[in-house]
Amino acid sequence: MRPLIDIEHVTFSYPQENGQGIEVLHDITLQIPAGEFVAVLGHNGSGKSTIAKHMNAILLPMGGKVYFSGLDTAEEENLLPIRRQIGMVFQNPDNQIVSTIVEEDVAFALENLGIAPEKIRERVDEALRAVDMYHYRLHAPHQLSGGQKQRIAIAGVLAMHPRCIVLDEPTAMLDPKGRQEVMRVLHELHRQYHTTVVLITHFMEEAVQAERVVVMDDGKILLDDTPRAVFVQIDRLKAVGLDVPQVTELAAVLRAAGVNIPAALLTEDECVAALTAALEETDGNHTHA
Amino acid sequence: MLKDITIGQYFPGTSVIHRLDPRMKIVLTIVYVVLLFLVENLAGFVLSVVFVLAAYLIARIPVKMIAKSIKPILPILLFTMLLNLFFVRGTVIWQWGVLEITREGVRLSVLMVIRILCLIAGTSLLTYTTSPMTLTDGIERLLKPLGKVHFPVHELAMMMTIALRFIPTLVEETEKIMAAQKARGADMETGSLIHRAKALVPILIPLFLSAFRRAEELALAMECRCYHGGKGRTRMKQMHLAPRDLWALLLTAAALAAVIVCNIFFGSLYG
Ligand SMILES: Nc1ncnc2c1ncn2[C@@H]1O[C@H](COP(=O)(O)OP(=O)(O)OP(=O)(O)O)[C@@H](O)[C@H]1O
Ligand SMILES: [Mg+2]
Repeated sequence: MRPLIDIEHVTFSYPQENGQGIEVLHDITLQIPAGEFVAVLGHNGSGKSTIAKHMNAILLPMGGKVYFSGLDTAEEENLLPIRRQIGMVFQNPDNQIVSTIVEEDVAFALENLGIAPEKIRERVDEALRAVDMYHYRLHAPHQLSGGQKQRIAIAGVLAMHPRCIVLDEPTAMLDPKGRQEVMRVLHELHRQYHTTVVLITHFMEEAVQAERVVVMDDGKILLDDTPRAVFVQIDRLKAVGLDVPQVTELAAVLRAAGVNIPAALLTEDECVAALTAALEETDGNHTHA
Repeated sequence: MLKDITIGQYFPGTSVIHRLDPRMKIVLTIVYVVLLFLVENLAGFVLSVVFVLAAYLIARIPVKMIAKSIKPILPILLFTMLLNLFFVRGTVIWQWGVLEITREGVRLSVLMVIRILCLIAGTSLLTYTTSPMTLTDGIERLLKPLGKVHFPVHELAMMMTIALRFIPTLVEETEKIMAAQKARGADMETGSLIHRAKALVPILIPLFLSAFRRAEELALAMECRCYHGGKGRTRMKQMHLAPRDLWALLLTAAALAAVIVCNIFFGSLYG
């Protein structure tokens, strides 16, 4: 079966005033099947946002092809059919909310698509409930916290019933509580509606929760695997300016010091379990001796 | 200080007037303005004052709000009053050199002031009882027929909506920038006018840069959400005329008719 997002040998450079721009994507090939939860990592300027904008035809590839659910993004008539199936959420919640009333903002995309008013009402309420913001439907956006605003932005794309949501550092401007709220909503969507999620992030803790991690470096894909397989490559990640989750780093340090625990530890719970096991083992050895 | 800036001065409420269809409220306001310009005699003036005061009472807007909305136009008010007072010919009741006040002048200037006060009170009631967003929607739908002659109705409404949306955000940002500049020792409240104007530059530049960045990001976000202009766009909220809208129209029309009848039967104060 065809992947939902099919990026084939894409190269891209931003047009510059002096004619030729510098290439920021070099021959990228990436396939994302429907229903997957993918995290994209990479240091600043590695091309994450640029590749995301190729997925819904905001940018068009200079070389290669991008297909969304089989539709070529370069075809003008595919523009709306693609954009109604793929929701985009950006970093700054303030700059993506259009209306002065929460529920009207959530309705924005549906109004653009010319959907019947009663149907819009239904979907708006449903989307607001899905992100747990129904109570705030009549508020003004500036009365909300960052995490709440970002959930409204998510509701705004959810109302379209998209097959895929692409989020470009949605939690970068939020406090820890807001970050948790947003991540909870994303996982809920993924589980309940099997929505495909592409999450661009700088937070390793968020990437760990994904099913697949893609690491970008200077316009190329460096690693593309499960979180576990990606994060054990501590040296490679550090070489491209990325961190690894704190527990993974701790595990590596402990292993280097001779403690017998697995290298691929991703969460605190796993780490605690592994350390307890290791301690019990050494205890056992002592009693034997 | 900056937080005090409100746009449109909306007083949320649930009175009948608040709940009227915004399109009807705009039309009624226009009818009332027409009525004011038709008034020619005392009965008509009494009627227009009573009409607007009754509307304030029904809407439960404190009448002292009228005073607040008049403040900015006080100089214009005074000017028209003096103009009428000194330049209308008639029976002289007071004279000083070339300056003379006539009975007719006094009467006309008083009537002029009443007329302007009613005008301000009537139009302010519209913004007191209608949220800016609802007002924008109402205007958009009223002007819709103009779209046929390529008047950019949807675009104007969209611009107003976005302006309303971003004013609080930009005000907040201005405060942050001002606080940051003050923390670095910028002095914005004392000194000559030129000095203070100069102190504004380090506030305006970052503000404009950020506004441009916001505009760019917002345009991108709108495009991602399938925005492609007003063509084929529907609205979630539909406006329906309720019986109360028709009653309000009837009442206002009756007032207008009464003014015309008064003009016919009681003659004109303007001689
Ligand atoms: N509008 C633009 N015009 C010109 N060059 C751009 C533009 N946007 C991005 N670039 C350049 O393209 C490269 C990739 O940028 P991109 O925004 O995709 O990186 P990113 O991985 O999203 O970085 P970040 O983590 O900072 O968001 C960078 O070198 C950047 O300077
Ligand atoms: Mg980016």
